Amino acid sequence: MTTSTDTLQTVRSLSQEGYKYGFVTDIEADEAPPGLDEDTVRFISAKKEEPEWLLEWRLAAFRAWRKMTQPNWAKLNLAPIDYQAATYYSAPKKSSGPKSLDEVDPELLRTYEKLGIPLREREALAGVAVDAVFDSISVATTFKEELGKLGIIFCSMGEAVREHPDLVRRYLGTVVPRNDNFFAALNSAVFSDGSFAYVPPGVRCPMELSTYFRINAAKSGQFERTLLIADAGSYVSYLEGCTAPQRDENQLHAAVVELIAHTDAQIKYSTVQNWYPGDAEGRGGIYNFVTKRGACRGARAKISWTQVETGSAITWKYPSCLLEGDHSVGEFYSVAITNNRQQADTGTKMIHIGKDTRSTIVAKGISAGRGQNTYRGLVRVQPRAQGARNHTQCDSLLIGDRCGAHTVPYIEVRNPSARVEHEATTSKISEDQLFYCRQRGLSPEDAVSLIVNGFCKEVLKELPMEFAVEAQKLLAVSLEGSVG
Amino acid sequence: MTAAAPMLEISNLHARLADGREILRGIDLSVNSGEVHAIMGPNGSGKSTLAAVLAGRDGYEMSEGTVTYLGRDLFAMPAEERAREGLFLAFQYPVEIPGVNNMYFLRAAINAQRRHRGEPELDAGQFLRAVRAKLKLLDIGEDLLQRAVNVGFSGGEKKRNEIFQMAMLEPRLAILDETDSGLDIDALKVVARGVNQQRAPDRAIVMITHYQRLLGYVEPDRVHVLQGGRIVECGDKDLAVELERRGYGLLGDATAAE
Repeated sequence: MTTSTDTLQTVRSLSQEGYKYGFVTDIEADEAPPGLDEDTVRFISAKKEEPEWLLEWRLAAFRAWRKMTQPNWAKLNLAPIDYQAATYYSAPKKSSGPKSLDEVDPELLRTYEKLGIPLREREALAGVAVDAVFDSISVATTFKEELGKLGIIFCSMGEAVREHPDLVRRYLGTVVPRNDNFFAALNSAVFSDGSFAYVPPGVRCPMELSTYFRINAAKSGQFERTLLIADAGSYVSYLEGCTAPQRDENQLHAAVVELIAHTDAQIKYSTVQNWYPGDAEGRGGIYNFVTKRGACRGARAKISWTQVETGSAITWKYPSCLLEGDHSVGEFYSVAITNNRQQADTGTKMIHIGKDTRSTIVAKGISAGRGQNTYRGLVRVQPRAQGARNHTQCDSLLIGDRCGAHTVPYIEVRNPSARVEHEATTSKISEDQLFYCRQRGLSPEDAVSLIVNGFCKEVLKELPMEFAVEAQKLLAVSLEGSVG
Repeated sequence: MTAAAPMLEISNLHARLADGREILRGIDLSVNSGEVHAIMGPNGSGKSTLAAVLAGRDGYEMSEGTVTYLGRDLFAMPAEERAREGLFLAFQYPVEIPGVNNMYFLRAAINAQRRHRGEPELDAGQFLRAVRAKLKLLDIGEDLLQRAVNVGFSGGEKKRNEIFQMAMLEPRLAILDETDSGLDIDALKVVARGVNQQRAPDRAIVMITHYQRLLGYVEPDRVHVLQGGRIVECGDKDLAVELERRGYGLLGDATAAE
């Protein structure tokens, strides 16, 4: 047995066995025991055969997390979360879950039908244990070859760590530091998997990334980590999520997304989030704590976030832009719906650092049932950001009289040449509007859907076409039962 | 429908608001297919309430009386079903729906009604052809089509849009609630032209109006005077002219509801 440090590290990184470092759990287990300590982090890293530097990175995040407390500034009413009761790693199981669609909640199946989800996809989304090889997988392989010819890397985070360690190491945690906040630190310590994309200089990615990964994306786990890099002069559009409601046995989700746009690069990031919102009383819904941030590193870089948030019991999410390069542009377009007992505290942060940076915020919140919807946004203009401009428009729509809409804008301007505008409206779907639609023959449900889609139009038009069509249907389904 | 039975038969209709105020106090009215009726009356007489109640707006209690439409109990049908069965209300104050394209809205309405009748939906091309034909007939510009429903429309544009919708939806019974109010002479002519073109043997039109003005362009078969929630006088087109001359105040002993 050698005593050389180098060799020791090699052994460590290659070894799948953690026992030398005080690890006690059976490494062959498919699931980490409940609870979170350094051994859990080592277990996860070992399971994923990660290099030493990444393990150290995770451990540093874990140590930072241990000293942090869960933030409570959001307008969310939630029971204390026992982080030691959760399980932080479980290998994908084939045997669990329903055996066929007959065992699946009929309510869920009806929703799939309304959304027009193909039958085969419904099984996978409902978690039915099927071994079917989906067409999408072979399609994905073809696409991947196509992308490879252009030098575009698009793969899972795990694969990126193995195949492109230099890129991952260079960028990981540079936009969302591992100790950024409580949930980001937790994610950094225990992240399961996620997506990685790199677009080389001057390349325009010829397709929307991840559209064809609809099913696969549904399985990427509760602590998703995404890293997208658009090198100088490149363009990429990325789609995340799925309009179909996704069941997950893990209630706690904490994802991190980091975007890096270099000089003249553009990233368009679109999300449709429809995690299980819980039953009408809010029981069993997903808690979704997400840290999403993009950095416009170079001049004239542009990052555009578009999100349609309809699911989850709790949504805590502020996709943000660090406008570092001069003339860089940040955009945030958001629709957030809360129905029944759902709670959403969402918005954005636009940090103007470079000169002549511009940002646009369009946030539409819709509350129905007993839903609580909060827009929380920060526009900060740093002293050096000469000529910075922001326009914020924040509209809330109320359906019924038991829901709530709240707007909490923070504006910090440290440069006198900046121009910051904020507009906010709150309205109700009026009896007059409903009656007018019904008098022309529309059902109350169709009337609400029509009015809501009109309300969200400015945001929906930012979505890639087919995603937008799905999102429209989703809005209607999400608000079912909210009138009449 | 048999030729003998009226299209719309209102008998002894009483309606009150949630706060208990009785607005309609025993309306009797028969409207036959092919007829044009005018219902006139001073402000607060219950004209618009009658229109709202017939179209199915929430917020009224029908405490007494019956309304039969095409042989069916009108109040047994929700508002959208009445619309799909051909009852159209041109609104006194057409409602704005931000972000919803006027054409999209109209096509959704037409297709909802076609589905109800078991007819195939119109595709975009068929719909557009129908729109163009009606616009020409009514002499309405295409400028209204691509805007959001009633958003930023002038008063005249809103009323013309209502008439355009009526022409597209081809109702059995059209109720025009003060469609003539607040219109300049050109808009009034467009509305009148629309109504005249819509006159048909299988269609009835009920115009609710405060003034005689519209009746100068659209000749009604019957004129009814509504006052204090009751119809106090009926006649032919000459009654409208007479009312214009002598005013509502001189009619019998009925007092205005307000």
